[in-house]
Amino acid sequence: MTASIDIRDVAKTFGHGARAIHALEGANLTIRPNEFVTFVGASGCGKSTLLRMIGGLESLSRGSIAVNGQPIGGPGVDRAMVFQHYSLYPWLTVADNVRFCRQLKAHTRDRTSADVEKAAGRADALIRLMGLSHVAHAYPSQLSGGMQQRVAIARALMSRPPILLMDEPFGALDAQTREVMHDLIRHVHRIEGSTIVFVTHDVEEAIYLGQRIVLMAPRPGRIDTLYDVPLPTERHQDMKLAPAFLALKRAILERIRETSGMKTDLEQLARLNADAAATAME
Amino acid sequence: MSASKRARGSGGSLWQIRAAIDPRQYWLLALAGLVAPLVVWLAASHLDGIDKVFLPGPADVLTRIWSWASDDDLTADVAISTWRVVAGWALSAAIALPLGLFIGSYRAVQALLEPLTDFIRYMPAVAFIPLVMLWVGIEEGSKVAIIFIGTFFQMVLMIAEDVRRVPLAQIEAAQTMGATRGEILEKVIVPFAKPALLDTLRVTMGWAWTYLVVAELVAANSGLGYAVLKAQRFLQTDKIFAGILLIGLIGLLIDQSFRLIHRKAFPYLAGRQR
Repeated sequence: MTASIDIRDVAKTFGHGARAIHALEGANLTIRPNEFVTFVGASGCGKSTLLRMIGGLESLSRGSIAVNGQPIGGPGVDRAMVFQHYSLYPWLTVADNVRFCRQLKAHTRDRTSADVEKAAGRADALIRLMGLSHVAHAYPSQLSGGMQQRVAIARALMSRPPILLMDEPFGALDAQTREVMHDLIRHVHRIEGSTIVFVTHDVEEAIYLGQRIVLMAPRPGRIDTLYDVPLPTERHQDMKLAPAFLALKRAILERIRETSGMKTDLEQLARLNADAAATAME
Repeated sequence: MSASKRARGSGGSLWQIRAAIDPRQYWLLALAGLVAPLVVWLAASHLDGIDKVFLPGPADVLTRIWSWASDDDLTADVAISTWRVVAGWALSAAIALPLGLFIGSYRAVQALLEPLTDFIRYMPAVAFIPLVMLWVGIEEGSKVAIIFIGTFFQMVLMIAEDVRRVPLAQIEAAQTMGATRGEILEKVIVPFAKPALLDTLRVTMGWAWTYLVVAELVAANSGLGYAVLKAQRFLQTDKIFAGILLIGLIGLLIDQSFRLIHRKAFPYLAGRQR
Protein backbone atom coordinates (compact mmCIF):
# COMPACT_ATOMS: atom_id res chain seq x y z
CA MET A 1 0.00 0.00 0.00
CA THR A 2 1.21 3.42 -0.84
CA ALA A 3 -0.04 6.95 -1.34
CA SER A 4 0.91 10.40 -2.58
CA ILE A 5 0.92 13.55 -0.45
CA ASP A 6 0.14 17.02 -1.78
CA ILE A 7 1.17 19.97 0.35
CA ARG A 8 -0.27 23.26 -0.98
CA ASP A 9 0.67 26.66 0.43
CA VAL A 10 0.73 25.33 3.98
CA ALA A 11 1.52 27.81 6.76
CA LYS A 12 1.60 27.58 10.54
CA THR A 13 1.56 30.52 12.92
CA PHE A 14 1.72 30.23 16.70
CA GLY A 15 0.31 33.13 18.72
CA HIS A 16 -1.29 36.36 17.53
CA GLY A 17 -0.35 39.86 16.40
CA ALA A 18 3.14 41.17 17.06
CA ARG A 19 4.04 38.14 19.18
CA ALA A 20 3.13 35.67 16.39
CA ILE A 21 5.78 33.11 15.47
CA HIS A 22 5.81 31.95 11.88
CA ALA A 23 6.75 28.30 12.27
CA LEU A 24 6.11 27.62 8.61
CA GLU A 25 5.35 29.81 5.60
CA GLY A 26 3.90 28.85 2.25
CA ALA A 27 5.20 25.29 1.95
CA ASN A 28 4.52 23.53 -1.37
CA LEU A 29 5.60 19.95 -1.99
CA THR A 30 4.36 16.85 -3.76
CA ILE A 31 5.49 13.51 -2.42
CA ARG A 32 5.09 10.61 -4.85
CA PRO A 33 3.71 7.17 -3.97
CA ASN A 34 6.38 4.93 -2.41
CA GLU A 35 8.85 7.78 -2.22
CA PHE A 36 11.31 8.07 0.68
CA VAL A 37 11.61 11.77 1.49
CA THR A 38 13.74 13.22 4.26
CA PHE A 39 13.23 16.67 5.82
CA VAL A 40 16.44 18.22 7.12
CA GLY A 41 17.32 21.66 8.46
CA ALA A 42 18.45 23.76 11.40
CA SER A 43 16.30 23.79 14.52
CA GLY A 44 13.26 26.04 14.23
CA CYS A 45 12.86 25.46 10.48
CA GLY A 46 9.45 23.86 10.94
CA LYS A 47 10.35 20.35 9.73
CA SER A 48 8.69 18.61 12.67
CA THR A 49 5.72 20.98 12.46
CA LEU A 50 5.19 20.11 8.79
CA LEU A 51 5.46 16.38 9.52
CA ARG A 52 2.96 16.67 12.38
CA MET A 53 0.62 18.58 10.10
CA ILE A 54 0.76 15.73 7.57
CA GLY A 55 0.01 13.39 10.47
CA GLY A 56 -3.01 15.50 11.40
CA LEU A 57 -1.63 16.23 14.87
CA GLU A 58 -1.19 19.95 14.19
CA SER A 59 -3.78 22.25 12.65
CA LEU A 60 -3.01 24.26 9.50
CA SER A 61 -3.10 28.07 9.72
CA ARG A 62 -3.41 28.20 5.93
CA GLY A 63 -3.30 25.92 2.89
CA SER A 64 -4.17 22.27 2.49
CA ILE A 65 -2.69 18.81 2.65
CA ALA A 66 -4.15 15.97 0.62
CA VAL A 67 -3.43 12.25 0.62
CA ASN A 68 -4.19 10.56 -2.72
CA GLY A 69 -6.10 13.72 -3.62
CA GLN A 70 -8.30 13.61 -0.50
CA PRO A 71 -7.83 16.56 1.90
CA ILE A 72 -6.97 15.39 5.41
CA GLY A 73 -8.80 16.50 8.53
CA GLY A 74 -7.02 15.19 11.60
CA PRO A 75 -5.11 11.98 12.24
CA GLY A 76 -5.99 8.86 10.27
CA VAL A 77 -5.06 5.21 9.99
CA ASP A 78 -3.57 5.86 6.54
CA ARG A 79 -0.75 7.86 8.15
CA ALA A 80 1.17 6.04 10.88
CA MET A 81 3.71 7.91 12.95
CA VAL A 82 6.92 6.98 14.77
CA PHE A 83 8.03 9.39 17.50
CA GLN A 84 11.49 10.04 18.93
CA HIS A 85 10.67 8.44 22.28
CA TYR A 86 8.21 7.73 25.12
CA SER A 87 5.56 6.54 22.68
CA LEU A 88 5.44 2.86 23.71
CA TYR A 89 2.92 1.67 26.27
CA PRO A 90 4.96 0.60 29.31
CA TRP A 91 2.25 -1.72 30.72
CA LEU A 92 2.08 -3.80 27.53
CA THR A 93 4.60 -6.38 26.38
CA VAL A 94 6.42 -5.90 23.09
CA ALA A 95 3.95 -8.19 21.29
CA ASP A 96 0.94 -6.38 22.78
CA ASN A 97 2.40 -3.00 21.84
CA VAL A 98 2.77 -4.19 18.24
CA ARG A 99 -0.83 -5.46 18.26
CA PHE A 100 -2.19 -2.34 20.01
CA CYS A 101 -4.20 -1.09 17.02
CA ARG A 102 -6.18 -4.36 17.02
CA GLN A 103 -7.84 -3.15 20.25
CA LEU A 104 -9.24 -0.12 18.44
CA LYS A 105 -12.60 0.00 16.68
CA ALA A 106 -11.02 1.64 13.63
CA HIS A 107 -9.18 -1.62 12.89
CA THR A 108 -11.71 -4.23 13.85
CA ARG A 109 -14.77 -3.35 11.79
CA ASP A 110 -16.27 -6.32 9.89
CA ARG A 111 -13.90 -8.66 11.60
CA THR A 112 -13.94 -12.23 10.37
CA SER A 113 -11.90 -15.09 11.74
CA ALA A 114 -9.77 -14.93 8.60
CA ASP A 115 -9.03 -11.26 9.36
CA VAL A 116 -8.06 -12.09 12.91
CA GLU A 117 -5.75 -14.83 11.71
CA LYS A 118 -4.20 -12.53 9.14
CA ALA A 119 -3.59 -9.89 11.80
CA ALA A 120 -1.96 -12.41 14.13
CA GLY A 121 0.28 -13.52 11.29
CA ARG A 122 1.08 -9.89 10.49
CA ALA A 123 2.11 -9.19 14.09
CA ASP A 124 4.35 -12.27 14.16
CA ALA A 125 5.91 -11.35 10.83
CA LEU A 126 6.66 -7.78 12.00
CA ILE A 127 8.14 -9.01 15.27
CA ARG A 128 10.42 -11.31 13.26
CA LEU A 129 11.22 -8.63 10.67
CA MET A 130 12.26 -6.21 13.42
CA GLY A 131 14.36 -8.83 15.20
CA LEU A 132 12.18 -8.78 18.30
CA SER A 133 11.28 -12.50 18.59
CA HIS A 134 13.46 -13.06 21.66
CA VAL A 135 11.94 -10.08 23.53
CA ALA A 136 8.32 -10.45 22.39
CA HIS A 137 7.16 -10.99 25.99
CA ALA A 138 9.40 -8.36 27.59
CA TYR A 139 8.21 -4.91 28.65
CA PRO A 140 9.53 -1.79 26.90
CA SER A 141 11.42 -0.66 30.03
CA GLN A 142 13.56 -3.80 29.77
CA LEU A 143 14.75 -2.91 26.25
CA SER A 144 17.52 -0.67 24.95
CA GLY A 145 16.61 2.53 23.11
CA GLY A 146 17.27 0.90 19.73
CA MET A 147 15.05 -2.08 20.49
CA GLN A 148 12.30 0.24 21.73
CA GLN A 149 12.33 2.07 18.40
CA ARG A 150 12.06 -1.25 16.56
CA VAL A 151 8.89 -1.92 18.54
CA ALA A 152 7.56 1.55 17.71
CA ILE A 153 8.19 0.95 13.99
CA ALA A 154 6.58 -2.50 14.08
CA ARG A 155 3.54 -1.06 15.85
CA ALA A 156 3.23 1.73 13.26
CA LEU A 157 3.42 -0.82 10.41
CA MET A 158 0.87 -3.19 11.93
CA SER A 159 -2.12 -1.76 10.07
CA ARG A 160 -0.26 -1.60 6.71
CA PRO A 161 -0.35 2.21 6.56
CA PRO A 162 0.29 3.61 3.07
CA ILE A 163 2.23 6.46 4.65
CA LEU A 164 4.82 6.22 7.43
CA LEU A 165 5.80 9.47 9.16
CA MET A 166 8.96 9.43 11.25
CA ASP A 167 9.87 12.30 13.60
CA GLU A 168 13.60 12.01 14.39
CA PRO A 169 13.07 8.37 15.34
CA PHE A 170 16.77 7.62 15.76
CA GLY A 171 17.76 10.95 17.30
CA ALA A 172 18.39 9.46 20.74
CA LEU A 173 20.33 6.39 19.56
CA ASP A 174 24.09 5.88 19.47
CA ALA A 175 25.87 5.93 16.11
CA GLN A 176 26.28 2.13 15.72
CA THR A 177 22.66 1.34 16.57
CA ARG A 178 21.58 4.06 14.20
CA GLU A 179 23.45 2.49 11.25
CA VAL A 180 21.68 -0.80 11.89
CA MET A 181 18.33 0.99 12.07
CA HIS A 182 19.06 2.80 8.79
CA ASP A 183 19.47 -0.44 6.88
CA LEU A 184 16.42 -1.88 8.60
CA ILE A 185 14.16 1.04 7.67
CA ARG A 186 15.43 0.95 4.04
CA HIS A 187 14.50 -2.74 4.01
CA VAL A 188 11.06 -1.93 5.42
CA HIS A 189 10.56 0.71 2.73
CA ARG A 190 11.42 -1.80 0.01
CA ILE A 191 9.23 -4.66 1.18
CA GLU A 192 6.27 -2.66 2.56
CA GLY A 193 6.13 -0.23 -0.32
CA SER A 194 4.88 2.58 1.89
CA THR A 195 5.61 6.25 1.34
CA ILE A 196 8.01 7.40 4.05
CA VAL A 197 8.52 10.96 5.27
CA PHE A 198 11.45 11.14 7.66
CA VAL A 199 12.51 14.16 9.73
CA THR A 200 16.10 14.43 10.96
CA HIS A 201 18.75 17.01 11.84
CA ASP A 202 21.51 14.61 10.74
CA VAL A 203 22.49 15.36 7.12
CA GLU A 204 24.26 12.02 6.62
CA GLU A 205 21.14 10.18 7.77
CA ALA A 206 19.00 12.30 5.45
CA ILE A 207 21.14 11.44 2.42
CA TYR A 208 21.62 7.75 3.22
CA LEU A 209 17.90 7.14 3.69
CA GLY A 210 16.22 9.54 1.30
CA GLN A 211 15.53 9.45 -2.41
CA ARG A 212 14.84 13.14 -2.14
CA ILE A 213 15.88 15.65 0.51
CA VAL A 214 13.80 18.63 1.49
CA LEU A 215 16.06 21.23 3.07
CA MET A 216 14.16 23.64 5.30
CA ALA A 217 15.29 26.96 6.72
CA PRO A 218 14.26 28.88 9.86
CA ARG A 219 12.92 32.38 10.63
CA PRO A 220 10.41 32.06 9.12
CA GLY A 221 10.25 28.28 8.72
CA ARG A 222 10.14 27.40 5.00
CA ILE A 223 11.12 24.89 2.36
CA ASP A 224 14.45 26.11 0.98
CA THR A 225 15.89 23.60 -1.50
CA LEU A 226 15.04 20.15 -2.86
CA TYR A 227 17.86 17.71 -3.63
CA ASP A 228 17.61 14.44 -5.54
CA VAL A 229 19.95 11.90 -3.99
CA PRO A 230 22.26 10.58 -6.75
CA LEU A 231 22.55 7.09 -5.26
CA PRO A 232 21.00 3.81 -6.42
CA THR A 233 17.90 2.51 -4.62
CA GLU A 234 19.95 -0.27 -3.09
CA ARG A 235 22.16 1.38 -0.45
CA HIS A 236 25.03 0.17 1.67
CA GLN A 237 27.22 1.81 4.31
CA ASP A 238 30.26 2.16 1.97
CA MET A 239 28.30 4.68 -0.09
CA LYS A 240 28.74 7.20 2.70
CA LEU A 241 32.32 7.58 1.44
CA ALA A 242 31.41 7.90 -2.26
CA PRO A 243 32.35 11.26 -3.86
CA ALA A 244 28.73 11.94 -4.88
CA PHE A 245 27.57 11.34 -1.29
CA LEU A 246 30.25 13.59 0.19
CA ALA A 247 29.66 16.34 -2.37
CA LEU A 248 25.94 16.39 -1.57
CA LYS A 249 26.66 16.34 2.15
CA ARG A 250 29.01 19.32 1.77
CA ALA A 251 26.46 21.26 -0.30
CA ILE A 252 23.65 20.64 2.20
CA LEU A 253 25.76 21.46 5.26
CA GLU A 254 26.92 24.65 3.56
CA ARG A 255 23.32 25.63 2.80
CA ILE A 256 22.19 24.88 6.36
CA ARG A 257 24.96 27.09 7.70
CA GLU A 258 23.95 29.89 5.34
CA THR A 259 20.29 29.72 6.30
CA SER A 260 20.55 29.04 10.03
CA GLY A 261 21.84 32.52 10.79
CA MET A 262 24.17 31.03 13.37
CA LYS A 263 27.84 31.23 12.50
CA THR A 264 30.97 30.83 14.52
CA ASP A 265 32.52 34.28 14.79
CA LEU A 266 36.07 33.37 13.72
CA GLU A 267 37.54 36.76 14.58
CA GLN A 268 36.11 36.64 18.08
CA LEU A 269 37.44 33.10 18.49
CA ALA A 270 40.92 34.16 17.34
CA ARG A 271 40.91 37.01 19.85
CA LEU A 272 39.90 34.67 22.68
CA ASN A 273 42.67 32.25 21.70
CA ALA A 274 45.23 35.06 21.65
CA ASP A 275 44.10 36.23 25.11
CA ALA A 276 44.35 32.72 26.49
CA ALA A 277 47.87 32.32 25.03
CA ALA A 278 48.93 35.66 26.52
CA THR A 279 47.61 34.66 29.95
CA ALA A 280 49.46 31.37 29.77
CA MET A 281 52.72 33.21 28.96
CA GLU A 282 52.56 35.39 32.07
CA MET B 1 47.15 9.16 47.93
CA SER B 2 44.83 7.73 45.35
CA ALA B 3 44.40 4.55 47.43
CA SER B 4 43.34 6.51 50.52
CA LYS B 5 40.94 8.53 48.40
CA ARG B 6 39.34 5.36 47.09
CA ALA B 7 39.07 3.93 50.61
CA ARG B 8 37.35 7.05 51.81
CA GLY B 9 35.09 6.92 48.77
CA SER B 10 33.88 3.37 49.45
CA GLY B 11 33.58 4.05 53.19
CA GLY B 12 31.26 6.94 52.46
CA SER B 13 29.06 5.00 50.05
CA LEU B 14 26.13 5.08 52.51
CA TRP B 15 26.15 8.84 52.03
CA GLN B 16 26.48 8.83 48.26
CA ILE B 17 23.43 10.67 46.98
CA ARG B 18 20.75 8.25 45.72
CA ALA B 19 23.17 5.31 45.78
CA ALA B 20 21.66 1.88 46.42
CA ILE B 21 22.44 0.20 49.75
CA ASP B 22 22.21 -3.51 50.37
CA PRO B 23 18.89 -4.88 51.66
CA ARG B 24 20.31 -6.07 54.99
CA GLN B 25 21.57 -2.56 55.76
CA TYR B 26 18.19 -1.19 54.74
CA TRP B 27 16.22 -3.41 57.12
CA LEU B 28 18.69 -2.85 59.95
CA LEU B 29 18.31 0.91 59.58
CA ALA B 30 14.51 0.66 59.32
CA LEU B 31 14.44 -1.43 62.52
CA ALA B 32 16.77 1.01 64.27
CA GLY B 33 14.51 3.87 63.23
CA LEU B 34 11.55 2.14 64.86
CA VAL B 35 13.32 0.87 67.99
CA ALA B 36 15.29 4.02 68.86
CA PRO B 37 12.26 6.18 69.75
CA LEU B 38 10.89 3.29 71.81
CA VAL B 39 14.14 3.13 73.79
CA VAL B 40 14.18 6.89 74.29
CA TRP B 41 10.54 6.75 75.43
CA LEU B 42 11.29 3.90 77.85
CA ALA B 43 14.29 5.74 79.29
CA ALA B 44 12.46 9.05 79.59
CA SER B 45 9.49 7.49 81.37
CA HIS B 46 11.86 6.03 83.99
CA LEU B 47 13.51 9.36 84.79
CA ASP B 48 12.96 10.61 88.33
CA GLY B 49 10.28 13.22 88.72
CA ILE B 50 8.40 12.20 85.61
CA ASP B 51 4.76 11.74 86.50
CA LYS B 52 2.88 8.85 84.82
CA VAL B 53 0.14 11.33 83.94
CA PHE B 54 2.71 13.44 82.15
CA LEU B 55 4.47 10.58 80.35
CA PRO B 56 3.29 6.97 80.77
CA GLY B 57 5.82 4.24 79.93
CA PRO B 58 5.44 1.65 77.15
CA ALA B 59 4.36 -0.95 79.71
CA ASP B 60 1.54 1.30 80.98
CA VAL B 61 0.32 1.85 77.45
CA LEU B 62 0.39 -1.89 76.66
CA THR B 63 -1.55 -2.63 79.85
CA ARG B 64 -4.08 0.01 78.86
CA ILE B 65 -4.49 -1.51 75.37
CA TRP B 66 -5.00 -4.89 77.02
CA SER B 67 -7.67 -3.64 79.45
CA TRP B 68 -9.26 -1.62 76.65
CA ALA B 69 -9.58 -4.88 74.67
CA SER B 70 -10.80 -7.02 77.62
CA ASP B 71 -13.00 -4.66 79.69
CA ASP B 72 -13.92 -2.07 77.10
CA ASP B 73 -14.85 -2.51 73.46
CA LEU B 74 -11.59 -1.98 71.57
CA THR B 75 -12.64 -4.09 68.57
CA ALA B 76 -15.83 -2.09 68.11
CA ASP B 77 -13.89 1.19 68.37
CA VAL B 78 -11.38 0.01 65.77
CA ALA B 79 -14.15 -1.27 63.50
CA ILE B 80 -16.30 1.87 63.59
CA SER B 81 -13.30 4.18 63.10
CA THR B 82 -11.98 2.10 60.21
CA TRP B 83 -15.44 2.12 58.66
CA ARG B 84 -15.73 5.91 58.94
CA VAL B 85 -12.31 6.53 57.45
CA VAL B 86 -12.73 4.04 54.63
CA ALA B 87 -16.25 5.28 53.82
CA GLY B 88 -15.17 8.94 53.69
CA TRP B 89 -12.11 8.08 51.66
CA ALA B 90 -13.97 5.75 49.26
CA LEU B 91 -16.72 8.29 48.66
CA SER B 92 -14.06 10.87 47.96
CA ALA B 93 -12.25 8.49 45.57
CA ALA B 94 -15.48 7.57 43.77
CA ILE B 95 -16.05 11.21 42.83
CA ALA B 96 -12.42 12.36 42.56
CA LEU B 97 -11.31 9.64 40.13
CA PRO B 98 -13.66 10.51 37.24
CA LEU B 99 -13.47 14.23 38.01
CA GLY B 100 -9.66 14.23 38.15
CA LEU B 101 -9.57 12.25 34.92
CA PHE B 102 -11.59 14.94 33.16
CA ILE B 103 -9.67 17.84 34.72
CA GLY B 104 -6.40 16.21 33.66
CA SER B 105 -7.60 15.41 30.15
CA TYR B 106 -9.57 18.48 29.11
CA ARG B 107 -8.25 22.01 29.51
CA ALA B 108 -11.82 23.40 29.59
CA VAL B 109 -12.77 21.28 32.61
CA GLN B 110 -9.46 22.21 34.21
CA ALA B 111 -10.15 25.93 33.74
CA LEU B 112 -13.65 25.51 35.15
CA LEU B 113 -12.82 23.44 38.25
CA GLU B 114 -9.17 23.62 39.21
CA PRO B 115 -9.00 27.19 40.56
CA LEU B 116 -12.17 26.51 42.56
CA THR B 117 -10.74 23.29 44.01
CA ASP B 118 -7.47 25.07 44.81
CA PHE B 119 -9.47 27.67 46.70
CA ILE B 120 -11.57 25.21 48.68
CA ARG B 121 -8.71 22.94 49.66
CA TYR B 122 -7.14 25.69 51.74
CA MET B 123 -10.26 25.91 53.88
CA PRO B 124 -9.77 24.08 57.19
CA ALA B 125 -11.88 20.92 57.43
CA VAL B 126 -12.34 21.49 61.17
CA ALA B 127 -14.11 24.77 60.49
CA PHE B 128 -16.74 22.89 58.51
CA ILE B 129 -17.93 20.96 61.59
CA PRO B 130 -20.76 23.34 62.51
CA LEU B 131 -21.93 23.44 58.89
CA VAL B 132 -21.76 19.68 58.56
CA MET B 133 -23.82 19.30 61.75
CA LEU B 134 -26.32 21.75 60.36
CA TRP B 135 -26.57 20.14 56.92
CA VAL B 136 -25.83 16.47 57.50
CA GLY B 137 -26.91 16.11 61.11
CA ILE B 138 -25.06 14.35 63.90
CA GLU B 139 -25.45 10.76 62.70
CA GLU B 140 -22.75 8.62 61.05
CA GLY B 141 -23.02 10.71 57.89
CA SER B 142 -21.44 13.73 59.58
CA LYS B 143 -18.23 11.83 60.48
CA VAL B 144 -17.94 10.49 56.96
CA ALA B 145 -18.59 14.00 55.61
CA ILE B 146 -15.73 15.53 57.63
CA ILE B 147 -13.30 12.91 56.36
CA PHE B 148 -14.63 13.47 52.84
CA ILE B 149 -14.06 17.23 53.10
CA GLY B 150 -10.57 16.65 54.45
CA THR B 151 -9.46 14.37 51.61
CA PHE B 152 -11.56 15.08 48.52
CA PHE B 153 -10.17 18.40 47.30
CA GLN B 154 -6.53 17.35 47.65
CA MET B 155 -7.33 14.05 46.00
CA VAL B 156 -8.92 15.62 42.90
CA LEU B 157 -5.90 17.81 42.27
CA MET B 158 -3.45 14.92 42.74
CA ILE B 159 -5.43 12.68 40.40
CA ALA B 160 -5.59 15.42 37.75
CA GLU B 161 -1.82 15.75 38.06
CA ASP B 162 -1.33 11.96 37.70
CA VAL B 163 -3.45 12.01 34.55
CA ARG B 164 -1.54 14.95 33.09
CA ARG B 165 1.70 13.03 33.42
CA VAL B 166 0.82 10.69 30.53
CA PRO B 167 3.43 11.46 27.82
CA LEU B 168 1.87 13.28 24.86
CA ALA B 169 3.67 10.92 22.45
CA GLN B 170 1.64 7.98 23.82
CA ILE B 171 -1.62 9.84 23.25
CA GLU B 172 -0.58 10.99 19.78
CA ALA B 173 0.59 7.52 18.81
CA ALA B 174 -2.91 6.24 19.64
CA GLN B 175 -4.45 9.09 17.61
CA THR B 176 -2.40 8.17 14.55
CA MET B 177 -3.60 4.59 14.97
CA GLY B 178 -7.17 5.85 14.74
CA ALA B 179 -8.14 5.78 18.41
CA THR B 180 -11.26 7.72 19.35
CA ARG B 181 -11.30 10.08 22.34
CA GLY B 182 -13.00 7.44 24.46
CA GLU B 183 -10.46 4.84 23.44
CA ILE B 184 -7.58 7.16 24.32
CA LEU B 185 -9.01 7.68 27.81
CA GLU B 186 -9.74 3.98 28.30
CA LYS B 187 -6.76 2.35 26.62
CA VAL B 188 -3.94 4.89 27.08
CA ILE B 189 -4.55 7.48 29.81
CA VAL B 190 -6.12 5.26 32.47
CA PRO B 191 -3.72 2.31 32.10
CA PHE B 192 -0.71 4.65 32.12
CA ALA B 193 -1.90 6.56 35.18
CA LYS B 194 -2.95 3.47 37.20
CA PRO B 195 0.25 3.07 39.27
CA ALA B 196 0.33 6.78 40.12
CA LEU B 197 -3.38 6.71 40.94
CA LEU B 198 -2.90 3.82 43.35
CA ASP B 199 -0.11 5.81 45.02
CA THR B 200 -2.40 8.81 45.31
CA LEU B 201 -5.10 6.63 46.87
CA ARG B 202 -2.54 5.29 49.35
CA VAL B 203 -1.32 8.76 50.36
CA THR B 204 -4.83 10.20 50.69
CA MET B 205 -5.88 7.21 52.81
CA GLY B 206 -3.19 8.35 55.24
CA TRP B 207 -4.65 11.86 55.26
CA ALA B 208 -8.14 10.47 55.83
CA TRP B 209 -6.88 8.80 59.02
CA THR B 210 -5.42 12.07 60.27
CA TYR B 211 -8.94 13.56 60.09
CA LEU B 212 -10.44 10.79 62.24
CA VAL B 213 -10.08 12.60 65.56
CA VAL B 214 -11.59 15.73 64.03
CA ALA B 215 -14.49 13.72 62.61
CA GLU B 216 -15.19 12.06 65.94
CA LEU B 217 -15.43 15.47 67.60
CA VAL B 218 -18.95 15.51 66.17
CA ALA B 219 -21.37 13.86 68.61
CA ALA B 220 -19.60 10.51 68.57
CA ASN B 221 -19.86 7.92 71.33
CA SER B 222 -17.50 5.33 69.92
CA GLY B 223 -14.32 5.10 67.86
CA LEU B 224 -10.59 5.49 68.42
CA GLY B 225 -10.65 9.25 67.94
CA TYR B 226 -13.54 9.58 70.35
CA ALA B 227 -11.66 7.43 72.89
CA VAL B 228 -8.65 9.74 72.65
CA LEU B 229 -10.88 12.79 73.18
CA LYS B 230 -12.60 11.20 76.15
CA ALA B 231 -9.29 10.13 77.69
CA GLN B 232 -8.15 13.71 77.37
CA ARG B 233 -11.11 14.84 79.45
CA PHE B 234 -10.19 12.36 82.24
CA LEU B 235 -6.45 12.92 81.89
CA GLN B 236 -5.88 9.23 81.00
CA THR B 237 -2.58 9.91 79.27
CA ASP B 238 -1.86 6.21 78.76
CA LYS B 239 -5.12 5.84 76.83
CA ILE B 240 -4.28 8.86 74.65
CA PHE B 241 -0.98 7.17 73.85
CA ALA B 242 -2.76 3.88 73.16
CA GLY B 243 -5.27 5.50 70.80
CA ILE B 244 -2.63 7.40 68.86
CA LEU B 245 -0.40 4.32 68.57
CA LEU B 246 -3.30 2.16 67.39
CA ILE B 247 -4.26 4.68 64.70
CA GLY B 248 -0.63 4.75 63.57
CA LEU B 249 -0.46 0.97 63.52
CA ILE B 250 -3.64 0.59 61.45
CA GLY B 251 -2.32 3.25 59.08
CA LEU B 252 0.97 1.40 58.70
CA LEU B 253 -0.85 -1.86 57.92
CA ILE B 254 -3.06 -0.24 55.29
CA ASP B 255 -0.09 1.55 53.75
CA GLN B 256 1.89 -1.67 53.48
CA SER B 257 -1.10 -3.43 51.88
CA PHE B 258 -1.29 -0.71 49.25
CA ARG B 259 2.42 -1.11 48.55
CA LEU B 260 2.00 -4.86 48.21
CA ILE B 261 -0.87 -4.44 45.74
CA HIS B 262 1.25 -1.93 43.83
CA ARG B 263 4.10 -4.43 43.49
CA LYS B 264 1.78 -7.26 42.43
CA ALA B 265 -0.42 -5.25 40.06
CA PHE B 266 2.29 -3.50 38.06
CA PRO B 267 5.03 -6.04 37.33
CA TYR B 268 6.28 -3.90 34.44
CA LEU B 269 7.55 -1.34 36.94
CA ALA B 270 9.80 -3.91 38.63
CA GLY B 271 13.42 -2.87 38.87
CA ARG B 272 12.67 0.66 37.80
CA GLN B 273 13.84 3.28 40.31
CA ARG B 274 10.92 5.35 41.39
